Amino acid sequence: MIKEVFSANIKYMQIMDEKGNVDAPLFPKELSDQKLLEMLKLMMLTRNVDAKAVSLQRQGRSATYAPSLGEEAVNIGTAMALRKDDIFVPAFRQHGVYIARSLPIHLFYLYWMGFEEGNVMPPEVRGFPMAVPVSTQMPHAAGIAFAQKYKKTGNAVVAYVGDGGTSEGDFYEAINFAGVWKAPLVVIIQNNGWAISVPRSKQSAAQTLAQKAIAAGILGIQVDGNDPVAVYKATSEALANSPNGPTVIECLTYRMGMHTTSDEPSKYRNEGDVEAWKLKDPILRLKLHLANKGLWNEKIEEEVSNEQKELIDKEVEIAESFKPDPRSIFQHVYSFMPDVLKGELEESEANGFWEGE
Amino acid sequence: MNMQVNMVSAINNALELSMKENDDVVLLGEDIGRDGGVFRVTEGLIDKFGEDRVIDTPLAESGIIGTSIGMALAGLHPIPEIQFAGFMFLSFSQIVNHAARYRTRSRSSFKVPMTVRTPVSGGVRTLEHHSESPEALYSHIGGLIVVEPSNPYDAKGLMIKASRMDDPVIFLEPTKLYRLTKQDIPEEAYEIPIGKANVIKSGNDLTIITYGTMVHTVKNVVEKKKVDAEIIDLRTINPIDEQTILASAKKTGRVIIVHEAPLSYGVGAEVSARIAEKAMFELKAPILRVASNSLPYPFPGYERFYIPNEKKIAMHIDKIMSA
Repeated sequence: MIKEVFSANIKYMQIMDEKGNVDAPLFPKELSDQKLLEMLKLMMLTRNVDAKAVSLQRQGRSATYAPSLGEEAVNIGTAMALRKDDIFVPAFRQHGVYIARSLPIHLFYLYWMGFEEGNVMPPEVRGFPMAVPVSTQMPHAAGIAFAQKYKKTGNAVVAYVGDGGTSEGDFYEAINFAGVWKAPLVVIIQNNGWAISVPRSKQSAAQTLAQKAIAAGILGIQVDGNDPVAVYKATSEALANSPNGPTVIECLTYRMGMHTTSDEPSKYRNEGDVEAWKLKDPILRLKLHLANKGLWNEKIEEEVSNEQKELIDKEVEIAESFKPDPRSIFQHVYSFMPDVLKGELEESEANGFWEGE
Repeated sequence: MNMQVNMVSAINNALELSMKENDDVVLLGEDIGRDGGVFRVTEGLIDKFGEDRVIDTPLAESGIIGTSIGMALAGLHPIPEIQFAGFMFLSFSQIVNHAARYRTRSRSSFKVPMTVRTPVSGGVRTLEHHSESPEALYSHIGGLIVVEPSNPYDAKGLMIKASRMDDPVIFLEPTKLYRLTKQDIPEEAYEIPIGKANVIKSGNDLTIITYGTMVHTVKNVVEKKKVDAEIIDLRTINPIDEQTILASAKKTGRVIIVHEAPLSYGVGAEVSARIAEKAMFELKAPILRVASNSLPYPFPGYERFYIPNEKKIAMHIDKIMSA
């Protein structure tokens, strides 16, 4: 005897196309024009903050930086779907999520300038520090989601991972645990097509990354990751369903820039592909949509851009005025100061090892 | 014939020679193919040897090491690259539980000929998890050979040697030294022996034992202070060259150990203990260690306060000479 014991499929959702036209029956009613304007401004702010970060690095005013150019819809669409007390667990390219959650922008710059103090976030941000080792944050997210269920907070957790990150064992382990626990977890795969130089096609033989959810027995969907409305809707629905268990949302976007400022993409990819993706830009389509409604024009755009650039300059100034205190690297290693560490600190201070450096 | 190369080119050349010499040598890792590795150590090798021997893997460190162990067990000689030492911890289980143990647990009926390459140490303002110095961790396991060259000549010779060995070798490449200096080295293959330290400068007043990034800092300090120091570059961290260390300690009677890895439970402790056990009564002063503080590696904005600098080394030289 042979019989089918299981079958599954993965759906793809797009609501706003490249020209800014929407699929009306799918359009979420709660996204008012005002909300859409907020969405656009947050995506623009993310892009402006990002451009400034690249320029700071190029001028030697910041350490290596991982740009998020072109991926703003994934960050802002998901962040706007989060409810006030929901929690996010980022990888390292979720700049827009921090911005949408009102992280003071100077802290963002401080982190990338190379100071741990950038991770001292106001509690209302409801997010964790970036995780650089790929996918290692994913099991934490499952644990944080478990704790929400255990403590009956009613909050959900949104965790981010890249396409490359889905190849790590930690990714599978996290969605598997969350599935077993029916934990309130939403996994956002920010599939930008590239893990540094390795294309999505070499990352997995699976047709979609969303289908990895199926093996964990949880929900999975693929969305146009440059459509902030589809990203928003998929995330909202997953959050609403989170008391029943986790969802994986694969967002198809594209890394328009380099992996980090140390990377040189022309070595391994065709710049023609990048050009094609420019037409699918998430900010462009939302501008077109709002312009069609008479809510956006060049004058408004200039005003908003100027306002944002002014804010960014002020925030950079605050970040650059930070004076590192070498003692801080000793003071936060343990909940107390062990004698041997105190001895090392005193030796450094007494002998002036830090001076003239 | 000789060539003038930096450490990146020296290792690249060693990999090429090893691949030509032995068809069973394969390279695998993240971004090592078309991109040539994030530090360009494998640059051009995909064009010379093809995608079957220079493999861009999915992003999974445990997978890279685990499959490498499998390849090695099946007769290949994999040379995996882990992009940064901080990411190698994701493969720690495979290295500790399998690579290090396969030989002894099968009484040499199975072996793991594999050379794991990874960039280590800091000083170049990289992001979190990109600057660790984990040599003591791997040396502590037993079953793993741990080498760390400080110059292009040693890098090439150690890589050639590792690629011809039947043991798992952890090959640590100091990021800061990749392009720091060029050196005249032979074009053909040559070996640097495993477990042999290099006395890079002989002297009579004190012995400074170091390796990796700190070799250069120590050389600078010794030059500036015009002190008659003997400088030993360990090159192999495990198994350690006790003979060379003891001979020098007995000769000068004063020993300072310098490394970039944190002080507590570091290589300095091991070296110091062996000297104390076997040459204690020939010492003129207590052994000193100069190392980074006993902390996790800080963010780049703080690394200049963390890594031992010339001033710190110089003060320890003054201290031991006045003891």
